[in-house]
Amino acid sequence: MGRYVLKRLAQAVGVLWAAYTVSFLVLDFLPGDPVTAMAGAGMDSGQVDPAQVEALRHEYGFDKPVLAQYADYLGRAVRGDFGDAVSTGRPVTATLGDALPQTLQLTVTALLLAVVLGGGLAVVATYTARRWLRQLLLSLPPLGVSVPTFWVGLLLVDAFSFRLHWFPAFGNDGPRGLVLPALTLAVPTGALVAQVLAKSLLTALDQAYVETARAKGAGRWRIHLRHALRNASLPALTVVGLLVGQLVAGSVVVETVFSRDGLGRVTAAAVTSQDIPVVQGVVVFGALIFVAANLLVDLVYPLLDPRIVVASGRRASTV
Amino acid sequence: MAALLAGGVLLTACGSGGDGPGGGGGRAKSGGTLTFAVGSDAGCVDPHQVGSNDTIYSLRQVVDSLTDQDPKTGKIVPWLAKSWDINADATEFTFHLRPGVTFSDGSELTAQVVKDNFDAVPELGALGTLAQGYLSGVKSTRVVDPLTVKVTFEKPNAQFIQATSTHSLGIESSASVRRTPQQKCSEGVIGSGPFVLKQYVQNQSITLAKRTGYDWGSSLWSKQGEAYLDKLVFKVVPEAGVRTGSLQSGQVDAISSVAKADEAALKGGQATLQSRANPGVVFGLGINNALPVLKDTKVRQALVSALDRQQIADTVYPSGTRPATSVLSHTTPVHTDLSPDLAHDAAKAKSLLDAAGWKAGGDGIRAKDGKKLRLAISWFPNAATNQPTLELVQQQLKAVGIDVVLKQLQVSQFTATLQEGQFDLIWGNVTRADPDILRNSFSTELANVYQLPPSPLDDVLARQAAATDVAERRQLVGEAQKLLVRNAYYVPVVELQTQLGVSTKVHDLDFDSGSRIHLHDTWIG
Repeated sequence: MGRYVLKRLAQAVGVLWAAYTVSFLVLDFLPGDPVTAMAGAGMDSGQVDPAQVEALRHEYGFDKPVLAQYADYLGRAVRGDFGDAVSTGRPVTATLGDALPQTLQLTVTALLLAVVLGGGLAVVATYTARRWLRQLLLSLPPLGVSVPTFWVGLLLVDAFSFRLHWFPAFGNDGPRGLVLPALTLAVPTGALVAQVLAKSLLTALDQAYVETARAKGAGRWRIHLRHALRNASLPALTVVGLLVGQLVAGSVVVETVFSRDGLGRVTAAAVTSQDIPVVQGVVVFGALIFVAANLLVDLVYPLLDPRIVVASGRRASTV
Repeated sequence: MAALLAGGVLLTACGSGGDGPGGGGGRAKSGGTLTFAVGSDAGCVDPHQVGSNDTIYSLRQVVDSLTDQDPKTGKIVPWLAKSWDINADATEFTFHLRPGVTFSDGSELTAQVVKDNFDAVPELGALGTLAQGYLSGVKSTRVVDPLTVKVTFEKPNAQFIQATSTHSLGIESSASVRRTPQQKCSEGVIGSGPFVLKQYVQNQSITLAKRTGYDWGSSLWSKQGEAYLDKLVFKVVPEAGVRTGSLQSGQVDAISSVAKADEAALKGGQATLQSRANPGVVFGLGINNALPVLKDTKVRQALVSALDRQQIADTVYPSGTRPATSVLSHTTPVHTDLSPDLAHDAAKAKSLLDAAGWKAGGDGIRAKDGKKLRLAISWFPNAATNQPTLELVQQQLKAVGIDVVLKQLQVSQFTATLQEGQFDLIWGNVTRADPDILRNSFSTELANVYQLPPSPLDDVLARQAAATDVAERRQLVGEAQKLLVRNAYYVPVVELQTQLGVSTKVHDLDFDSGSRIHLHDTWIG
């Protein structure tokens, strides 16, 4: 078990390094840099003295050779120092640290909503004996996955904020302001949960142990929840990593539509102004969460299902 | 000259909350909070460094300027300076400051403070493009006596007096000026304005509170003393649809950047649209005049005649947007109406191209010596109207036999593209309420990004920069506009119009000369 964990940790570090390096290269290939972005985009920016732009570039170290910049950044990043945001001069870690609580609030609420609504939908859809209802419910998740998140957000704002005045349309103020953004973010996430869970529930209900339980006289609900759902939730757990990725990516859109503070907004702003240190910080942080979530799932598996044995770095997968 | 007795219609300010709601909409009253939704955050709250309208709306309220500019006449009037003297060739500007002005940190406005500001601004370099541009060529700023300060330039610089009315040269306290540019960006600045910066949350909001005891407003304002409103909250709401809906549903009192598509939703509701054309160089095609094809005046003139400016303004821009009638927009002081020269005339464009030797080919595209007449327009996604405009331009030019390729670049490439001259045609505009912007943009003695050939235009532009007499300057700037349009060194297309949505309960929210806003006189009732 110990060796297994060590190996997984080494892999995680590799993923982080790869994410860092790829994002660095992509940013380097982009035309322009944060300094030219600062000089503005009016016809009068032609008047800017190139020497002054160069001086600024020197100050931020963007005039060094790419490899030197990379080594420099990486060396500091390893020690947890991502440098200062070019646009504000604040340390990147502080910028991300300030935004994190808002995004956590949003994503955790959205995840809960997604599990409850998506899971509920899957259970009801597979339980109901009415064919039309099952068909209807099962057609919802593909729809939820495919509609653009910003469009869902705008629809919800229009209905519940502009027309009914129940919730504010923007901002971070209080739990009321959290409802619409969390709901918007929960739509694609919940749809994914529902899709996976419904499929594995249907598979589970065909299994022999369900027959056995039925023969022993267990009620339909009991079979559905105690036996089938328990076994069917394992495959659903595998998509947790995917969900975390989706939540982080979705927060960029949702926080912009609802004008919320958070990591997504920081990311969007940093990308537009080509604020390389911030983008790098976000990429590494995002990769860290993703890796951690997947690692956690892998470690929790054997605890949930004793049939899965973790031995000498190999996981015997059953599902 | 310091006629500061302007607004006589006053009422006692404090605590007049007794009136019933909505009672007597005509009577101005104090108190209340104005919530203003803007589309973006510049990431910085220092007026010396910020150039983006969405952020200037709030920062303009925090700092006062030495002078103010009447949006109707373009005339420069007293503000923190009660009067000023300009020497004959516009190289020396002496300001006589108003006594008794204090900053919100308690310090007093003195000649030394002005000097500290004007000494610090050039140090900003590329961080404060606008501000340091206004002070370029400054030789010294000298304290004559505690309330008199003299700014000397190496060359004639008539634009400087207008520049002192802008937010970019707004006066900050000495302690504020001494902070690093980054500190000023994130922590804000100390000004003497009618509102004080209370809180800045990046990408989220800028909150201002009324400065109590304020008593040195611009001579253009109707209310003396403190502002009416207690608090101003600027919320950053990037989605246009959410801004519009928030105004309609009363969640905000005003919004910025109302596009044509959002107008219908706001009309007839609890909001009005307020618009004003930005002064400065209109949206148009900057020409690379050094390019062999475009060295030919006839080809450039053909570009000018081929465009149907009215169609572009009507199709893409907010209602009321005017097609260009000169290189300068009509709200720029000393704009000269040259609309006959800018009339749409496809037949004329075609005959000009014929005369230049570009003959129509089988595919409709003209060619000369086996070479097709193909031009690239470089553009940047910094305004939603750019792409639809240029697609129309492309069609209109194709109709006279010019093949146009649209080349989209990153916003951050703008400066480099201009400076390195890597374009055939480039789409853009400049907002500036002084005609000297023509010298900045088109004099071959400066950066000359459009690579104009030396011509009598240079002399006219240099002379207007030294003209302190209004009539003389008007005549020279008129001459410069004619030379620019008739030689087609630039293809003017359409004016940029700033459009705000404002709730009907908000009164006296007015544009300043730069088509930004002053909120001292604004009240809610």
